[in-house]
Amino acid sequence: MASTIRVRATSNGDTTEVQALIQHPMDSGFVKDAKGDIIPAHFIQELTFEYDGKAVFVADWGGGVSKDPYVKFAFKGGKKGDDLKVSWVDNKGATDTTTAKIQ
Amino acid sequence: MSITHNGFSAQRRLVLKGAGTVALIGLGAGLGVIAFDPRQAFAAANDKYPEEAFKQKNEADAIKALYGKTAEPSDKVKMDAPEIAENGAVVPISVTTTLEDVTSISFLVSENPNALVASYKIPAGTVPSVANRIKMAKTSNVIVVVEAGGKLYSATKEVKVTVGGCGG
Amino acid sequence: MNARSAIPLASAALALLALAFVVPAATAADTVDPVADAKAFQKFFTDKFPKLKPEDFVNGPYSMNEDLHRQWEEKEQFPPYEFSLEAGKEMFTKPFKNGKSFEDCFPNKGIGIRQNYPYFDEKEGKVVTLELALNRCREASGEAPLSYVRDDMAALTAYMAFTSRGKPMDIKLPNDPRALEAYQQGKEYFYTRRGQLNFSCATCHVQSPGERIRAEVLAPALGILNAMPIYRSEWSGMGTTSRRFTTCNSQIRGVPLDPQADEYRDLEYYLSYVSNGLPISGPGARP
Repeated sequence: MASTIRVRATSNGDTTEVQALIQHPMDSGFVKDAKGDIIPAHFIQELTFEYDGKAVFVADWGGGVSKDPYVKFAFKGGKKGDDLKVSWVDNKGATDTTTAKIQ
Repeated sequence: MSITHNGFSAQRRLVLKGAGTVALIGLGAGLGVIAFDPRQAFAAANDKYPEEAFKQKNEADAIKALYGKTAEPSDKVKMDAPEIAENGAVVPISVTTTLEDVTSISFLVSENPNALVASYKIPAGTVPSVANRIKMAKTSNVIVVVEAGGKLYSATKEVKVTVGGCGG
Repeated sequence: MNARSAIPLASAALALLALAFVVPAATAADTVDPVADAKAFQKFFTDKFPKLKPEDFVNGPYSMNEDLHRQWEEKEQFPPYEFSLEAGKEMFTKPFKNGKSFEDCFPNKGIGIRQNYPYFDEKEGKVVTLELALNRCREASGEAPLSYVRDDMAALTAYMAFTSRGKPMDIKLPNDPRALEAYQQGKEYFYTRRGQLNFSCATCHVQSPGERIRAEVLAPALGILNAMPIYRSEWSGMGTTSRRFTTCNSQIRGVPLDPQADEYRDLEYYLSYVSNGLPISGPGARP
């Protein structure tokens, strides 16, 4: 099955800019469905970006982050062709991970 | 690394090696951490998912739970947010700062049921700048908090959220 | 000639004379001039918004408001319709039970042809939309049709629109009175008031583009279909042209028609034709 994580990492030689879009409902647990029942909370809690074995960015998220969440950041270093590992874990314990090549 | 997120001093001792690992697991379960990695115990004490902070209703309590300190407004924290959100479900907010030694950036929405929306760890070498998309329940102040050199700085902006229309 | 035969003759003459007056009115349809219509339509909007380039109109409310535009630019960096697009591409090439796929139903395997839809099918004598063509393709291979208003159909049209991005809308009006009739029907639907709110499409999208209806900024009618299908923040998901037509009818407290009712097909035909020349920008994002 295809990963839920889409990553675009581009290096300008000095800094690597990273954008990620993840397919996830990010249900806050505050919204009711058509029948009036609460849709249970279901959201990514931790999203980690690793380069060269070290975390370069860690996102701690709550249900207030938009559905199909997006984040953008940049870190010094990173070369074209290098790997960037992205993984998440949600409040139900589900996980996903992917490795992208820096462009 | 020297400052714990929730000011829970017992945790600082547990970061040290030894039998503390077992107790840490218990602590982890209590705090609702899902994926426990023993390596994390030896890393910075603030590596845990801040479950308590996310449960707080208002921003003051959330910031206290997250950092154990209060923030002072600073014009060195630059927030980019819309005047009127096109839709409360997807509000793009970004922040950048000229402050140095930034270790953490957090986003809060005062009128949301739980004020803390997102908290980002900024390791050394990562640019202190983040863009994300958040949910806003209604017109509210959006607060960005930056932890730099052990102190907290903030910026606030009101973003209007409207309801109703016919669709563009 | 005696008196008795003169009367029928006179009546016939009168009838003929009456007909001479009636006939021009009945063939008023002949004076429908889509080319002039399209020109006038585009001129109306470019005059109203002189600072916009023609291609800006395909971005709907985002070209009408600076604050909205900036939010849209941010979203377009990594758009929310990304997943739908990928799903659409996968679905388009996946074989049906009989081994065929959507690729077999469309010219050039469906790539870069979206701007030709809808078209007037002279054999059938009706307008055929892209969504209709996709479902007919499925049915021809023994597959059940997809809902016109749900995600799967939107994913397919998203993929096809994407392969046509930048190409100018190119709706053809064949030299067939039925095509002209369909065009005219679409135009009339567009300008006819309906629903409890008594709005026509034009009420919002011709009279008030850039202004607000309650809290939302209205899109101009010019190029309004060029961004279809759209990921709407309001829907937290993707929607087709059909979905937008039906929900709009509901929102003005009118009766939504079947997603591929003749009225909607003709409406799509008219609206697309008068936006000929403007680039396809789909799939799009909207508030």
